[in-house]
Amino acid sequence: MELTEKKALQAFAVRIRMALVEAIHAIGSGHVGGALSIADVLAVLYGREMNVRPEDPQWPDRDYLVVSKGHAGPAVYGTLALKGYFPYDELKTLNQGGTRLPSHCDRNKTPGIDVTTGSLGQGTSQAAGLALGNRLKGRKNRVFLIVGDGELDEGQCWEAFAFAAAKKLGNLTVLIDWNKKQLDGRVNEILPLGDIAAKMKAFGFDTVQVDGGDVEAIAAALERTRQGGDKPYAVVLDAVKGHGIAEAENTEMNHSMPIDDQRYGRWMAELQADLAALEG
Amino acid sequence: MKIVYTGEMDQRPCKEVLGATIEKIVTEDENAIYLDADLMSCAGTLKWGKQNPDRAIDCGIAESNMAGVAAGLAVAGYRPIIHSFGPFASRRCYDQIFLSGGYGKNDITVIGTDPGVTAAMNGGTHMPFEDVALYSVLPGSTVIDVSDPTCLVSVLKQCVYRPGVKYIRVGRKQMARVYEDGTELPISKAVTLREGTDAVIFAAGIMLHEAIQAALSLEKQGVSVAVVDCFTIKPLDREAVVAWAKKTGAVVVAENANRHGGLYTAVLEALAEGCPVPAACVAIEDEFGEVGTQGYLQQRFGLTAAHIEEQVKAVIARKEAE
Repeated sequence: MELTEKKALQAFAVRIRMALVEAIHAIGSGHVGGALSIADVLAVLYGREMNVRPEDPQWPDRDYLVVSKGHAGPAVYGTLALKGYFPYDELKTLNQGGTRLPSHCDRNKTPGIDVTTGSLGQGTSQAAGLALGNRLKGRKNRVFLIVGDGELDEGQCWEAFAFAAAKKLGNLTVLIDWNKKQLDGRVNEILPLGDIAAKMKAFGFDTVQVDGGDVEAIAAALERTRQGGDKPYAVVLDAVKGHGIAEAENTEMNHSMPIDDQRYGRWMAELQADLAALEG
Repeated sequence: MKIVYTGEMDQRPCKEVLGATIEKIVTEDENAIYLDADLMSCAGTLKWGKQNPDRAIDCGIAESNMAGVAAGLAVAGYRPIIHSFGPFASRRCYDQIFLSGGYGKNDITVIGTDPGVTAAMNGGTHMPFEDVALYSVLPGSTVIDVSDPTCLVSVLKQCVYRPGVKYIRVGRKQMARVYEDGTELPISKAVTLREGTDAVIFAAGIMLHEAIQAALSLEKQGVSVAVVDCFTIKPLDREAVVAWAKKTGAVVVAENANRHGGLYTAVLEALAEGCPVPAACVAIEDEFGEVGTQGYLQQRFGLTAAHIEEQVKAVIARKEAE
């Protein structure tokens, strides 16, 4: 990857973080940790890999994104606003009565959200059904599915993974946000998952593990999935919950965090500095 | 519409009719698709399904995933029909049907076979008395308890093209024939099978046959009882319910489900708001199911014509005492 493209993707990821901080600050608190940890993969998906038309969100041949960890909505909304699906200022309506941006992703409310999620695990089966349906309709598009590591506690995920492999859904890519934490604490302390990549391989997925904060590595992993084939793809993103903002990263219980005016000022200053360094 | 009820069983087992109807709908409409959870053999679809694996998707024994896959297929532009036994087509996958289906505005038709005591030899674990209540509280849903094979054909075709989540409960064995072949039964329209002046029985599913038998027996005793087929439990034909309550002044509801949250509840809501009259039910009391023949279980749980007759006499006595 050319350095300019890499820096552009990194800058996009910083802007996604700024956008989600903007949204969560407006309502006072929200799912900070798991939104920050997927900013880099969202930047690669919407900045490079996905074939979408922001001016025509319902275009049937588009690539689809299913964010099964629906509580990461603010990160997705930030990305969609930056792509022009709706006005950036609308991010400040997050979770306000009557908003188009509810805490969990809702395909009937937000332009650009493809699938309704929020009850953990449910995006996995819907993504599998969507990938199967697209293939049966003869479409050449792809379905990307973001799943949290804590979410893998839900048995439905494993039902869906077995199904995806059985139906040879080579047009489906599962991105696992392995950020090591869930709401109540460390994944390893609450319900250890063992070797996630080995599990995905055993379930019949073409699997790689990459640094979830490295846009170049993520881009390379996603580029591989373009070839399709007989196996669904899994990309295990070795990520850090709260990634990209030091204070969020260093807070042990960072699933949900308040963002008051002072914190907003500090975090935006940090992100502005990152942006300046990238765009000089 | 021609009522052809004689008390005789329809020659076609419902399983055969179900399988043939699913095959016809999916074959004729490229946007219709059928999913099952390792029970195609029980839905009469196995032979056709094996030959058409892109139209009949076997999901394995994973009902929650099947419900979610159906929702995803709906996002892709399909109109899915999914099947399992009643308990697994309702409580086992309820959150998936509720959110991925209903809340996500993905239209899904759900078929739950062997409702209530028709689960017979599979016993209490497989005997849904609660499926009607669960589906009734899902916003925008349609809930059907099939009255005979002709009704099954008609409602299944309508459900596939109807918005929201649709739940059809139907046995796999033979049922008493009620309607002439080819009769169309519009969803949410109750059908009056017998006129009457002293009381009315609102019945659904296998209880329709029992209700008619009760009315025939009462007729010999000089009691005139109307029988109304309420195969659509939701949205209930409130107009018909209130009209018959006004005409007769005494109501009995007969259903093969828990008395809480089913047809009885729906009828009582309509009566309370439209025409409060003495009412009673023949339904499952607040109990779990158990194993036995269907005949044994109908006796055990009080789902027979004799039980209905008793309740009709009781509501008429209450009416006269008022």
